[in-house]
Amino acid sequence: MARQEKKKDVVIVGLGWTGSIAGIELAQEGLDIVALERGHDQNTVPNFEYPQQIDELKYGVRLKMMQKPSQQTVTVRRNGDETALPYRQLGSFLPGNGVGGAGTHWNGLNWRPQEVEMRLRSYVEETFGADIIPEGMNLGDYPVSYDELEPFFTQFEKVAGISGYAGNLNGEIREGGNPFEGWRSEDFPMPPMPTTYDSSKFRDAATAMGYHPFPASAGIASTSYVNPYGMQMGPCNFCGFCERYGCYQYSKSSPQTTILGALKRYPNFEYRTQSEVLRVELAEDGQTATGVTYWDEAAQEEVFQPADIVILSSYQLNNVHLMLLSGLGEAYDPLTGEGTLGKNYAYQMNGGISMFFRDEEFNPFVGHGANGICIDDFSISQNDFGAEGFIGGSYWRSGTFNGQPIRNMPLPAGTPSWGAGWKQAIGENYGHAMSIGSHGSHMAYANNHLDLDPTYTDRHGRPLMRMTFNWQDNDLKMNQFMKSKMEPLAASMNPDSMRSGFKGEGAEYDVRPYQTTHNTGGHIMSENAREGAVNRYCQSWKAHNVFAMGAGNFVQNTQYNPTGLVGGLAYHTVNAIRTQYLSNPRPLV
Amino acid sequence: MKTFLRIVAGLALVGVVALLAFIFVPVQRTQPAEALAADWEPAEGQGEYVLHASDCVACHTSDDGESLAGGRAIASPMGTIWSTNITPDPETGIGDWSYADFRAAMIDGLEPDGTHLYPAMPYENYRLMTEEDIRALYEYIMTEVEPVSNEVQETELSFPFNLRFGIRAWNWLALTHGPGFTPADGPELQQRGQYLVEGPGHCAACHSPRSVFMSQDGVTADEDSFLAGGVIDGWNAPALRGDGTDLAKWSVGELAAYLATGRNAHSTANGEMGLVVEHSLQKLTDEDNLAMAAFLKGIDGDAVDLPESFATAAGAIEVPAADSAGSGTTEMLASADPDMPLGARLYMDNCVGCHFATGKGAPEIFPELQGNSMVVGSETMPLISVILNGAEVPSTAKRPMALRMQGYADRMSDDEVAELVTWLRGAWGNDASAVTAADVATVREADHGH
Repeated sequence: MARQEKKKDVVIVGLGWTGSIAGIELAQEGLDIVALERGHDQNTVPNFEYPQQIDELKYGVRLKMMQKPSQQTVTVRRNGDETALPYRQLGSFLPGNGVGGAGTHWNGLNWRPQEVEMRLRSYVEETFGADIIPEGMNLGDYPVSYDELEPFFTQFEKVAGISGYAGNLNGEIREGGNPFEGWRSEDFPMPPMPTTYDSSKFRDAATAMGYHPFPASAGIASTSYVNPYGMQMGPCNFCGFCERYGCYQYSKSSPQTTILGALKRYPNFEYRTQSEVLRVELAEDGQTATGVTYWDEAAQEEVFQPADIVILSSYQLNNVHLMLLSGLGEAYDPLTGEGTLGKNYAYQMNGGISMFFRDEEFNPFVGHGANGICIDDFSISQNDFGAEGFIGGSYWRSGTFNGQPIRNMPLPAGTPSWGAGWKQAIGENYGHAMSIGSHGSHMAYANNHLDLDPTYTDRHGRPLMRMTFNWQDNDLKMNQFMKSKMEPLAASMNPDSMRSGFKGEGAEYDVRPYQTTHNTGGHIMSENAREGAVNRYCQSWKAHNVFAMGAGNFVQNTQYNPTGLVGGLAYHTVNAIRTQYLSNPRPLV
Repeated sequence: MKTFLRIVAGLALVGVVALLAFIFVPVQRTQPAEALAADWEPAEGQGEYVLHASDCVACHTSDDGESLAGGRAIASPMGTIWSTNITPDPETGIGDWSYADFRAAMIDGLEPDGTHLYPAMPYENYRLMTEEDIRALYEYIMTEVEPVSNEVQETELSFPFNLRFGIRAWNWLALTHGPGFTPADGPELQQRGQYLVEGPGHCAACHSPRSVFMSQDGVTADEDSFLAGGVIDGWNAPALRGDGTDLAKWSVGELAAYLATGRNAHSTANGEMGLVVEHSLQKLTDEDNLAMAAFLKGIDGDAVDLPESFATAAGAIEVPAADSAGSGTTEMLASADPDMPLGARLYMDNCVGCHFATGKGAPEIFPELQGNSMVVGSETMPLISVILNGAEVPSTAKRPMALRMQGYADRMSDDEVAELVTWLRGAWGNDASAVTAADVATVREADHGH
C-alpha cells in the first residue's frame, strides 16, 4: 500500500531546465507545488567547486554526473529484425542525473531553430514539391510557428543569460551576426564571447570563401549578468570544463545559476530529491491524471502524490517512458503508423574535420563549451534539397572547447593507436590541431521509434524502454554534402594534414562512442490527436492536466542544439497554463 | 590627629553608604518625554518592520534554534554573552513583561527587576528610537510572535565583569544622549536614513570606535567619531565616512544595493555584515535602504545624487579593466612568468579565475580585491578565514542567489596562505602589512564559522 502525500496543485517530474521554469512561473501564480527529482541535490558550491570539479577522469571519463544504467536505461536495436539489448555502459548519449539535470553538464550551445524548421513539411512541399520527401520519412510541421515562439525564445535567453550578437534584429540583417537566423525582437542579453585563435583562423578562411561567419550563441557569460529573476552569472574564464562538468565559476547557464535560488525562496514551492516517479496515475475515466506515484529512495517505498496538474519535465527518454507506462496515449506502431507515443524519435547527424598545423599553437585548454565562430551557409534554409537530394542542413563551428588530454587528443590519420609511435605523435601534435564541426539535422522516420521492451525490466519491475534507431540515407547524404563543402574550406587554411570524420552511405548506428545527447521526439506536438501525443501547448491529448516539456515534443530534430527550442517551448507552455488553463482547466485545443 | 581620623572614618562611611546605595538602590527608569495616547495603536505591520530594522533576530536566534528564542553566543572582550529568549513565553521568555519593562530594557538596559543588561544589547542605540516604534515592537512580540519555551544558558562572565551593578557606572559614561531621536537638518529622506542608522539599525555598535571603557565613541550623527570604524570580534567594521573608505568610492545606489542584497558592483557582505543583510536589511523597503545610503553618503555634507532605483534586474554589466594603480600587478600576472613570487603564483592557481588578473573581480558576483577593506584591514583574520573556509553571501529578495566561495583549507598550507595573503595585501596598489604562517595557524585552529 503506497504512502499518500498531501495533495498539491502541481507536481513537477524532474527538476532540470524545464521543471525549474515551470516551478518558478507557476509559483508566481501562488500555486502549491512539489517537484520530484530522481537524483541528488546539487549546488555550485560544494558540488561543482574548484578544483575538485575539473577532474577529467572522474567526470569526463567515468561520467560521475550522469545517470547510472543500473538505475535507469533503455534497450537499443537498429531495426525491427534485431533483438534490442540493454544500454549497459553509457556511450552514444549521456542523460544527466540530479537537480539541474542536463542543464548542469551541457556545453552551453543555445540556438533558436530557423523559421522554416518550424514548418518544414510545408516549406519542402511549397519550395521543392512533396515528391522529394523520401518513403518512410515522417516529415512534419510544428503546430506552433517561429513568430509565436519568438517572445518565449527571448524570455528564455534572458533568463538563461545568453551571449551573442544578433544577425537579424527585427528583420534588419546586421553585419557580423548570423544573416540566416530567425528574427530577434531584441539583441542578445550579453555581448558575444571573445574569440580564440582557431576561431579567428576559421573566420578568416570562411570570409575568404564568401561565407558569413558569426560568433556562436553561448549559454556562457561574457560579462557579469543579472537575469529577470535577479539570479546572477559571472564572466567565464575559459577554463574549458563545460560539457560533462558543472561550472564552478557561475558562468555557465544552468538552473542553478539562473532559476533555482529564486525558486527556492517561494514558500509555496518544495522539492524532494531521491524521488523517482514511476508512473502518472489516471482517473477512472482516463481523461485526467490524479497525480503520480514515485519511489522514495530514503523510505524505500512507493508514494502517491496527488495533484491537479502534472508537469513531465524529466529527460526526453524518461518522459516518453513514463507516458508509455502510464497510458498517456497509444504506443506508436511503425507498421501501421497508428498510435503516437514513441513516434518520431530522432537524433543528430554530425561530422567534422581535424586539421594539423605543426608550427601553430592553439592552446586548446583555453576554451569553453560554446566557443567558436560559426557559419550557417549550409543550413536548412540555404540548401537546395531538390538539387542535392536530401532534406536537412547543418551549422558549422570552429572553436576549442577543451584541451583535456584523455579524450581530446586529435592525431593525424595513420598514427598508431598505442606504443612509442603514438606517444611521439602526441608530443608532436598536442596543441597543434584545430577542428571544424558540422552539427546537422536529423529527420524523423517510420522505423526510428521508442516503445516498451518485451524482455528487460528495471529495478522497479517496469519494462525498459526500447529504442529502435538507425541512420537513414537522407541524413547520411546530407552529411556527405557537408564533407564535400567543408574539405575545400579546411584545405584553404593550408594545414600540414587533415582528417575528416563524416558518416557515409551504409553507416549503421553504433551506440558505443559518444555522439550527442540530443535525443528528440517520442511525445511529439501535433495539430490533432491522431498524429502526436501533445498539442501546441505541449498538453497531453489524452489527459488535459498533463503537460510534457522538453525535446520529446520535437516533430523532427532541428539542425541545432535543442536547448533554445526546449526553453522557448517551456515558456510558451507555462504561459498558456497561466493565461488560459488555470482559470478554466480543459483541453486548450 | 583625632580630627583627621574622624574625617577619614566619616569619608569611609560616606563611601560605604555610597557604594551600598550604588549597588542596592534601584536605578530609576527614564520616563518618556511624552507618553503615547491611551488609544494609540501601531500601524499594520509596523512592529514586525521595526523588528527587522532592529535586527533582533540575528542575536536572539541560535543557529538551529527557533526565531527569537535566544541562545546565541555573542563573543565580547569580557567573555561569551548568551542572548536571551525574547518570545512571549512567560517562563523562559518575556511573556510577563509590561510595556514599561520592555521600554526600560530598550532605553535603560534594565531588566524588570532592575538588573543591568550587558551592553551587548545595544540600548545605547535603541534608546534613540521613537516611542511609537518601541511600542509597536512590543505589541508585535507580545501578540504575534509564537511563545517558545527555551531556557537559555546564563551568561557567566569572570570577575569583575560578573558584577552587573558596575554597569550602572558604565551607563553614566555611555548614556549621555537621548532618549529619543533628534534629526539633523536636511531632506526628509536623509533624516529617515539617520533615524534607521542611529536607532534601530544600531550601526554604531560595530562601525563606531570604542572608548577606553568600551562604550561606543560616536553614537549620534553630530559626533565626528560616529561610524568612523571599529573592530568587532576580530572583524574590521569599516569606517562609513571619510576619504579613502569603500563608501567614498560607492554611489548611493551601490551602497543601497549592498545593504539590500549583500552585494554590489565592488564588494560582497561577509561575516557579521552578511547576517545583518540576511536577517534585517533585505527585509526593509527600497526607500529605507536608499534613505540609509543617502544619509551615509551625505554625512560629511557632500551632495547626494539619488538614483531612481537600485539592484534592478540589470542584464549585462561590463567587467572593469585594470586601473593605473593596479596595472603593474595585472601585467606581472598576465606575463605568467614562472619566477613570479609564490603569493602571485598561488593567486594564479586558485583565485584568478574569479577575481581576475586585474584584482577587480566582476560586478555583483566576484568582489574586487584592490582596495577591498577586508583585504587591507588592520584585522587579518577575516581574509585568512575566507581563504581557508570560504564565504557565503546570503540569498536575498532582490538577489536570490546564495553566492558561495569555496574554502581552500585542504589545498593550501599555513605558509602558502600567509604568502598569498601577504601578496594580496600589497597587490594592485594595496598597502597593508604582511601576515605570518602563525597568524594563519591561529585562524585555522579557531575554525571561525564565518
